Amino acid sequence: MQFMLLFSRQGKLRLQKWYVPLSDKEKKKITRELVQTVLARKPKMCSFLEWRDLKVVYKRYASLYFCCAIENQDNELITLEIIHRYVELLDKYFGSVCELDIIFNFEKAYFILDEFLLGGEAQDTSKKNVLKAIEQADLLQECRREPPLTVCFLSAQLTTEKPL
Amino acid sequence: MSDVVEKTLSALPSLLSLDSQAGAGKLSPSSKLGNLIKGITELTSKHEEEKLIKKELESIKEQVASPNTTMRQMKEIMVRAIYCEMLGYQASFSYIHAIKLAQQGSVLEKRVGYLAVSLFLNETDEFLLLLVNTVLKDLQSTNLIEVCMALTVVSQMFPKDMIPAILPVVEEKLTHPKEIIRRKAVLALYKFYLIAPNQVQHIHSKFRKALCDKDPGVMTASLHIYLQLIKENPESYKDLTGSMVTILRQVVGGKLPLDFNYHSVPAPWLQIQLLRILAYLGKEDQGTSEMMYDVLEESLRRAEMNHNITYAILFECVKTIYTVHPKSQLLEKAAECIGNFVLSPKINLKYLGLKALTYVVQQDANLALPHQMTIIECLDHSDVIIKRETLELLFRITNAQNVTVIVEKMLEFLRLTCDDYSTIDLVGKVAELTMNSVFSLGGDVMQPDIPNNFLRLLAEGVDNVEDRQLRLFAVDSYVSLLQGVTAKLPQRFLQVISWVLGEYSYLREEESDPGSVMRLLARLLDQRHTSTETRSWVLGAMTKLCSSPVSVALARDVCERYLSSLYSGSLNTVLRQKAQELMILSQDTKLRARVLPAEGRLESLEVDSSLSFLDGYVSEALAAGAAPYKSPHQRQEDLVQEKALSLEPYGLSLPVSLSSCSITDRLTDRRSPTLLSMSSGLSGNSTELSHQEGSTTLKLEGVKRVWGKDGYLAQQQSAGETPTPLVELPNPLLSPQSPPSQTQKPSSGLEPDQEKRQLASSLFVGLGSHNSVCLVRLPSTVWLFIKHCQSANQSHVFKALFKRFYINSCQSISCISGSPLKEVKGHSVSVCLHTVVMKRASVQVELAGLLSYQRPLGQPQAAQFSLSLSLKHFLRPLTVSTGDYGKMWLSFSHDLKQNLRLVTTEHQEPLTATLDALKGKLHLHVVDIIGSEGIVACRLLQGPGQGQPCLLHCRVNADSLAVWLRSPVPELPDSLLYHCQKALTET
Repeated sequence: MQFMLLFSRQGKLRLQKWYVPLSDKEKKKITRELVQTVLARKPKMCSFLEWRDLKVVYKRYASLYFCCAIENQDNELITLEIIHRYVELLDKYFGSVCELDIIFNFEKAYFILDEFLLGGEAQDTSKKNVLKAIEQADLLQECRREPPLTVCFLSAQLTTEKPL
Repeated sequence: MSDVVEKTLSALPSLLSLDSQAGAGKLSPSSKLGNLIKGITELTSKHEEEKLIKKELESIKEQVASPNTTMRQMKEIMVRAIYCEMLGYQASFSYIHAIKLAQQGSVLEKRVGYLAVSLFLNETDEFLLLLVNTVLKDLQSTNLIEVCMALTVVSQMFPKDMIPAILPVVEEKLTHPKEIIRRKAVLALYKFYLIAPNQVQHIHSKFRKALCDKDPGVMTASLHIYLQLIKENPESYKDLTGSMVTILRQVVGGKLPLDFNYHSVPAPWLQIQLLRILAYLGKEDQGTSEMMYDVLEESLRRAEMNHNITYAILFECVKTIYTVHPKSQLLEKAAECIGNFVLSPKINLKYLGLKALTYVVQQDANLALPHQMTIIECLDHSDVIIKRETLELLFRITNAQNVTVIVEKMLEFLRLTCDDYSTIDLVGKVAELTMNSVFSLGGDVMQPDIPNNFLRLLAEGVDNVEDRQLRLFAVDSYVSLLQGVTAKLPQRFLQVISWVLGEYSYLREEESDPGSVMRLLARLLDQRHTSTETRSWVLGAMTKLCSSPVSVALARDVCERYLSSLYSGSLNTVLRQKAQELMILSQDTKLRARVLPAEGRLESLEVDSSLSFLDGYVSEALAAGAAPYKSPHQRQEDLVQEKALSLEPYGLSLPVSLSSCSITDRLTDRRSPTLLSMSSGLSGNSTELSHQEGSTTLKLEGVKRVWGKDGYLAQQQSAGETPTPLVELPNPLLSPQSPPSQTQKPSSGLEPDQEKRQLASSLFVGLGSHNSVCLVRLPSTVWLFIKHCQSANQSHVFKALFKRFYINSCQSISCISGSPLKEVKGHSVSVCLHTVVMKRASVQVELAGLLSYQRPLGQPQAAQFSLSLSLKHFLRPLTVSTGDYGKMWLSFSHDLKQNLRLVTTEHQEPLTATLDALKGKLHLHVVDIIGSEGIVACRLLQGPGQGQPCLLHCRVNADSLAVWLRSPVPELPDSLLYHCQKALTET
């Protein structure tokens, strides 16, 4: 995998992870253009994009778009499942995860991602193992999150709602 | 900002109050980060956001610099800095503090420090050097979490030159008692291998140890390295094939702990990784490939659940099957799998199906044929991505016959697309196709639009780097073409070449001597086969090129020869003019610069079609007594009147029409007087004339135009006639007992789809055949239709051949029994009918044959056709009583058991519903249903007589259907089971 981006329906970046060395300028350019391209696509369209020389796999969960760029020989479908497993992990960790959880606790989202994907490769696909590792590290910290938020769309649960 | 966000914002205060009760010290909306986020979402303009972030960054800067800031506070500050960076604002002053935090913080603070480092920095950043010691220390820590963090950061980024410093410690971790550490260490080494392969060469033996690790997670991680190693050098790792196959077999067989399951599929990531490795190992190696056939087949068979993850595995499996040394059985199954993808209503699967097809048609273009109609539909798909993939597929199956249509489709797409990247990519392909096939194969007969479109494409683009590259690419490839033998290149292609070289040679001028292109063009002029029209293009190109002294000299040389008395006698006026122009322009650089400005190439010219600039000249001429201008039509009339030659009285005889011709000066050059009356009717130029000639001329009204300018007008005609022969068929073929399948009634589906079918046939010509209804375009533009029909007791194949062609003989290579059953001759079609049987039970058979046919007075010709038929075409219900069933059951020796999926519907019992589905799809006979058990019987047409039976015993077992098949034929249960599985998954 070359990079993963999470952004909202309004095009706000929520998380970015780059597995290939790129300059800040390039990163910004790619992000801007890719967000535009993905947001312009209609819901029933294919989840895969051939975008510049990259292959992009994206999926929308409630108000958030998850978007991965992969190499040409990589398997698109399994990348979709990587996205899905990541959402499942977030969901399990935060308990019915919503966009607000990710906004306010983005560093946690990064920790989970790092435990799941290492250097762009799926490292541990077992939900149990990933969360065990995260929680062990968390144990040293005080209770980790505020009470569940129940407001409007930012807090739309990513998993329970059917991915759009 | 949208309403929704505003709503959220208005809700935020309540969140904050909620949170203030929940305790301090954590990251929550009440924290500084929370306030920052809240502040930003409240803003309405980008400008305000910039101001706020600037302020925030100022305050962060101040805090990090303060000696009083604790590590704990630093952690919180760092999170805010990450947030600002994510919004696109640089916080580079904080990078050094991120490293400090990773160095000095407690475990939790360290974690944020490492995160910030991995988000802020690049592999190439010099700051990273400062991190080496920290990493080294953490790697040696006794705290597992610290070791994990260090391994995580080195697998993401580490300065290449510093790898040796930590390599021994990371290596040591390969034997760590904790699997999570071993796994991360393996991935770190994988990363090192990617950035500096030489550094890790000495530890290859340790990779093998990791591959054999008792923890499947560590083993999986080691496969990343092996995939890379094997990809680079498959020969050295052939000995691993056995192990990989064993691992895959165990995974597929569900031998891994349940933790590795993903949506009840065992370790899909691992499976895909292994399949990819096997593909590299088995590529072009029969021996190695043979070792993996079984496990590949098993993977295909096991992946039966309807879930994305199984499709992911199937897709990879198909790719592997087509990469390794081919095995026909597997290829068949894989092809079918691709078919399911292509036909899937799910758009993602359709895309992958097209992609897989694109991959496999490179080996066998005929694989695309069963999906012609789907491909045509995809060409018009609303999703550009699907369209593009379809074009990619078409690009791969381009041949001399369909290239024109495909290039047209591509150009059509280009006109709609606005994405630069895909434009460039596609233009390249169009250029390649045009250059390589269209022009060199069919250049002279091709419609002039295509070269025109192509040239416009080259010229139109904005003058950016990509366009330049494309043009340069065209120039270079044409130059190299001209350096070769040009005698065989079509004239139109040479014209395109001349234009392109004239316009864009300047792009390569720096790197080669300016005269080289000029010399090539001059050589072209000297060759005898170059036509006059082409010569004038060449001269035009030379005019544009003579900018340097060398070219001027060359040009002068050419002109002199051309204008010398030796040539001028025979020289065409256009050529002479061009040569004159070249002569003058090559001598007068100033004039040349005015006429052909180098900068103006891309500007569009304004043409004054009214020629108003000539007004002055005209009025002068008129004043001097010149006759006013008359249109050609007027002139003609005048001429006729002047010479007092009326058409009326002479119109009936040929000599008069000859004389009228000489007056009109239009038809004289080529046509002989006797041909005139006929050609006038066709050319349409002088219809009046032919009308006046009345009864002596051929009556052409109401006569179908069979021959057009481009030859026999077969396309519209044959497509228009397709329904006729099918309707005329003797009825017993379409027995009412067998439910009419889609293929049996193409006539009904044809009408609305006719256009698409036409497109299909022109896109797929030259590729062989089509499934079920097969359209073969014979070389002399006749269509051969081959169609498969079913009746109660037999399967037939009939071939229909249109119009004035007789079938001499028709041999079929496989599975046709006996001689043609009958030959039906209609007025427009000859049909011959064959009975087909399945000699050996198998999932699918290919029916191939050779047809020889003849025009009334022509030479006999032959064409190959093929048709693929599945087992279900040969299955018929077997009506037996329960008693007979029991007797038969005991006497059959070949059996097979398997669990199948149950079909559930609202109104029916699952068992009945499942059996009904099987009955409907496979023509099975349901003998009896007792409680949770059902018995089913069918027979296979396998030669003369009733055929061979196969019995199925089905029992509902929890939520699956346990099926037990028995038959006297060894292969039948297996193939039938396959179709049952397929039928049920499709339901």
